[in-house]
Amino acid sequence: MGKKHQTPLLDELKKGKWISFVKEIERAAEKSERTEDLLGQVEESYRDKVNHWKHGGMAGVKGYGAGMVGRFSEFPEKYPGIKECHSMRIIPSAGFFYNTDFLRKLADISEKHAGGLLNFHGATGNIQILGMSQVEAEDVFQAVAELGFDLGGSGSDLRTPSCCAGQARCEFANYDTMKICRHLTEEYLDELHRPAFNYKFKFKFSGCANDCVASAARSDLAFIGTWKDKIKINQDEVKNYAKKFNVQKYVLDKCPTKCMWFESENLVIDDENCVKCMHCINELPKALKAGDERGCSILIGAKAPLVTGPRMGMMLVPFYDVNEDAKNDYEWLKSLISNMWEFWDEYGVSRERIGELIGRVGLNTFLEGIGLEPIPEMVEHPRSNPFIKFTEDEEE
Amino acid sequence: MTDETKKKVEDKILGLVTEYVGKKRFKPIDIVKEMEKEFASEGLTKDDIKAALKDLMDEEKLVYGYAGGSFLTVPENK
Repeated sequence: MGKKHQTPLLDELKKGKWISFVKEIERAAEKSERTEDLLGQVEESYRDKVNHWKHGGMAGVKGYGAGMVGRFSEFPEKYPGIKECHSMRIIPSAGFFYNTDFLRKLADISEKHAGGLLNFHGATGNIQILGMSQVEAEDVFQAVAELGFDLGGSGSDLRTPSCCAGQARCEFANYDTMKICRHLTEEYLDELHRPAFNYKFKFKFSGCANDCVASAARSDLAFIGTWKDKIKINQDEVKNYAKKFNVQKYVLDKCPTKCMWFESENLVIDDENCVKCMHCINELPKALKAGDERGCSILIGAKAPLVTGPRMGMMLVPFYDVNEDAKNDYEWLKSLISNMWEFWDEYGVSRERIGELIGRVGLNTFLEGIGLEPIPEMVEHPRSNPFIKFTEDEEE
Repeated sequence: MTDETKKKVEDKILGLVTEYVGKKRFKPIDIVKEMEKEFASEGLTKDDIKAALKDLMDEEKLVYGYAGGSFLTVPENK
């Protein structure tokens, strides 16, 4: 069968050794006329250097204010298959574990009701079924619900929380990321499905500072695993590494606070000055391990560029004893979150993320509002603080 | 909140959103703040108003729209 639409620009993207999204769309288009139309419109987008989707609008399932992202083609007569091309977001399992039966059934749902395309996973961590019309949405939702899954967040609500694989797969995880992610997802399902905030709000949980879910850059409230006590050193293993590569050059010299050095052949770490960046542990995993007193740091206010520019998260709680709080169903954390949302509700303006609100009203006001005592460790980045401003003379 | 008060709140919310369709996009929090003022003398809490909003959604008298941010509106067929 010949191609319905000629796509010379997209064809360029099939060249090379890497996986091509164009090849994948073409494979789906063999079974779906609407996906053929998708190829035609995407070709036009590359040609015109703008996308041809009309954004937003009304798309959803009964009782939910979130979970579907509306997309309408600018050229419905030319590409009738994608007149409506909505996405449905589905909450993933914590840590992204699925069995093959679920994946097959989900693929069948996508082929039957949508364009045969899935997104594993969207930037927020959701599974996405791509390319359905509003009339099919309810059937897709019911089919997904029968598999035991629910819709994720979209719009001005709590976005689907996401976490790294944590202690299920990773030796570096300092706390059970999957447990807290699942708990808070279930706790805040209403906030996920009924947009009631000024704008979006994201939780992300990383087991260590390697931050595999990019929480420090992408979530309003980031939970990054850390430890309080000293890094555990196995000096014999350090010596083994030293025989294999230049530990001084590739590990010690790259330590951001230069808090480690050799004394004769033994590695010494000034733990007081360690910022728990994980670099040395990544490089010498058999020789160095995080301490025993583990938990996580909570950062607030990160976001991507939209509206006022990107922000990284700033330190809010240097050490949260997540394991202890887990025994009380995270009561302390939930009270903190509730106070934050209350303050944001009251003082935030439309499309203002919580980090931007803090920037506008000041950290002192925010902390007072949520009932958290200011401490020196609340920093935007190491060796800085948001409370005290020095004049140039004073700095000298 | 009594059933009677709840009905009054729901009617007020519905009237407000309907009156401003096409002129102003109300976020749920705008409605909550507006109703808090409106029913201040009856001591309604935010949770009461959110519950009234939830009922309106469940009955499909109001739906969510999206244009950069989420807002409340009446269903297209109404």
